[in-house]
Amino acid sequence: MNFDWTEEEQAFRQHLREFITRNVPQDWERFAEHGPGSAALTEFAREFCGKLAQDDLLTPHWPVEIGGLGLDPWHQTILAEEMWTTGEPRGGQYMNVNWIGPTLMKFGSEEHKARYLPGITSGQSLWCQGFSEPGSGSDLASLRTKAEPVGEVYRVNGQKVWTSYAGLAETCFLLCRTGEDRKRGISILLVPMDTPGITVRDIPSIIGRGDIHEVFFDDVEVPLSARLGEEGQAWDIIAYSLTNERLGIPRYALARAALERSVSILSERGDFADDAVRIEAASVASLCEAARLASYALVDRRAKGETLGAEASSARFATVMAERRVAEFVTEHLPEALADAHPYLKMHHQRGIVAGIAAGAAEIQLNIIASDVLQLPREPR
Amino acid sequence: MDLSLTQDQRVILDALDAMLRPWESAPIHDAPLFASDHALDRALADAGFLEVANDPELGTVTAALVIERLARLPYATEAAASALVGPVLGEETAGPMCLVDARQWRRPVRYLREGARVVLLEDRGVSGFTASATQFRAEPEALFAYPVATLHGLPEVREPLTIDPMQLRARWQVGLASECAGLLAGALASVVSHVSDRKQFGRPLATFQALRHRLAEAQVRINGTYWLAIRAAADCDSGNAALAALHAAETARICTYDFHQFLGAMGMTLEHPLHLWTYRLKLLAGELGGVSGHARSVADALWGPASG
Repeated sequence: MNFDWTEEEQAFRQHLREFITRNVPQDWERFAEHGPGSAALTEFAREFCGKLAQDDLLTPHWPVEIGGLGLDPWHQTILAEEMWTTGEPRGGQYMNVNWIGPTLMKFGSEEHKARYLPGITSGQSLWCQGFSEPGSGSDLASLRTKAEPVGEVYRVNGQKVWTSYAGLAETCFLLCRTGEDRKRGISILLVPMDTPGITVRDIPSIIGRGDIHEVFFDDVEVPLSARLGEEGQAWDIIAYSLTNERLGIPRYALARAALERSVSILSERGDFADDAVRIEAASVASLCEAARLASYALVDRRAKGETLGAEASSARFATVMAERRVAEFVTEHLPEALADAHPYLKMHHQRGIVAGIAAGAAEIQLNIIASDVLQLPREPR
Repeated sequence: MDLSLTQDQRVILDALDAMLRPWESAPIHDAPLFASDHALDRALADAGFLEVANDPELGTVTAALVIERLARLPYATEAAASALVGPVLGEETAGPMCLVDARQWRRPVRYLREGARVVLLEDRGVSGFTASATQFRAEPEALFAYPVATLHGLPEVREPLTIDPMQLRARWQVGLASECAGLLAGALASVVSHVSDRKQFGRPLATFQALRHRLAEAQVRINGTYWLAIRAAADCDSGNAALAALHAAETARICTYDFHQFLGAMGMTLEHPLHLWTYRLKLLAGELGGVSGHARSVADALWGPASG
């Protein structure tokens, strides 16, 4: 076993840091208060991701033939850590490189790849993820948005909710019902957001303006060719997508960075001599590092070509625990951060709220661990 | 990074697994609360499993893996001190090695018996002595699943040892975290088995979400304990060692009560072996100042001593 980064990996991280320093504005921390889905950050991200793409830093972990450098998952992790810890200057485009692109590569038609991958690899496109519905959150398989085949199109009717980035996204990765079977009756459509019949409304939220939305579909006509994979294949596809998503955001790194910033602020003003505060900070640091290593153990397996399963849920829950404790530490000892004195800490707090909710609630992760890691008998339905 | 076992580590752990088969099942026992077997102690010593850290190719990570594996047994056998501290002392010892924090010398000492090698951690140095019968009181009624004894006091005559106190503390913490990881894994496996078999209200206890979520959370914490321990073993850095020990002690504190709770009345009996893991954790989790002691070590290592 070896826990050290290689010299090349360290140089890659340093290269990224220098790139970020060169390409974010001087008041970046104040600017990054705008959530990833805000108009300001989305506009900035197009420019920033364009530069990343020019320097081969947007999708370096993708295969060479579709615009990547073929670098391994460790480089993907370094890239994600540096971006997320900075406050995610890629805005909502992090989704593209984490899972939308890889999912299109694995399941998309040649037409899908030709149409969508260039926008992703050049850093110019924004996607939204049409999963949750008013009656279907954790119980995603109960979703009711319906896609009926009518001639050469699907006619889509229904509603999505808490949809990130929908306000400015050009394309929706939409889950919809094409059959009666709970899971085998769900399909994926790639829907241009300017299609007639789509209405988007902002949902005011704690996590920032412009981040989550309601999306209404009223007789929206989508070509049959917009379907990703086979009819009824959505459940298999999103299982693949969510495994990437669960590992994709290194929240432990931002949580640890926020803790370090807090300790630094408290130390500078002489408030970090208190034994109780130091003990609490240490405990929070240990949770961050436990989450980091649980994630690294999975990155290592991915780097060796293994397919990840329920263990991803374990690493994800470890991160949720760390996020929560860092947010509590800041709120208790530096409440002025939430009143705007320390934008970096406020940004962490707002993005951290999402950790236990998005991409499968923390309780769903615990269910998965119970059934598939511990192999406990399943709950009766 | 490469977080897979090396080929040599696989071979060693496979050989260890094969050797440990006679001790995988918990013995039926009454008082004392622990299970031990001199044949196991001898087999480990004879096979050289506690000396793996002396081999630079294997190092302290392999020692930590051995400690973790041994702790999953229901039997208590002294491994952590011998495998991690022994190599830096450069001494040949016949008996068990006991680590004592001078500030907490009244705590029951694991494996303390006549002839045991006692290594004493003091603020300014490390010293040692070989225990004689007049220096301690055996504690056969102790509620710990280790053989323990209590020192009457610190002997006046002690040999100075040439190991830095910080290095001793770090190796102690790595051993403690590795042992906790194995004990927690053993305890969790035992509880998972029970709640999967035991039915109430017509269905296995494990199908109730109140238990499932807490067991899943335990798995997350124990996984973190394992990785922090192995990472700390890789460099025996004082910050990494303290982080590992802190997480291990917190996890032990959170999980042990729950684990007995999940067993209901069986959790109070000696008929079920759960105590053979949890009542080792209860003693380990308090060493070196317990959660707060390790947390102070973490804070000092990461952010410097308190000032202001």
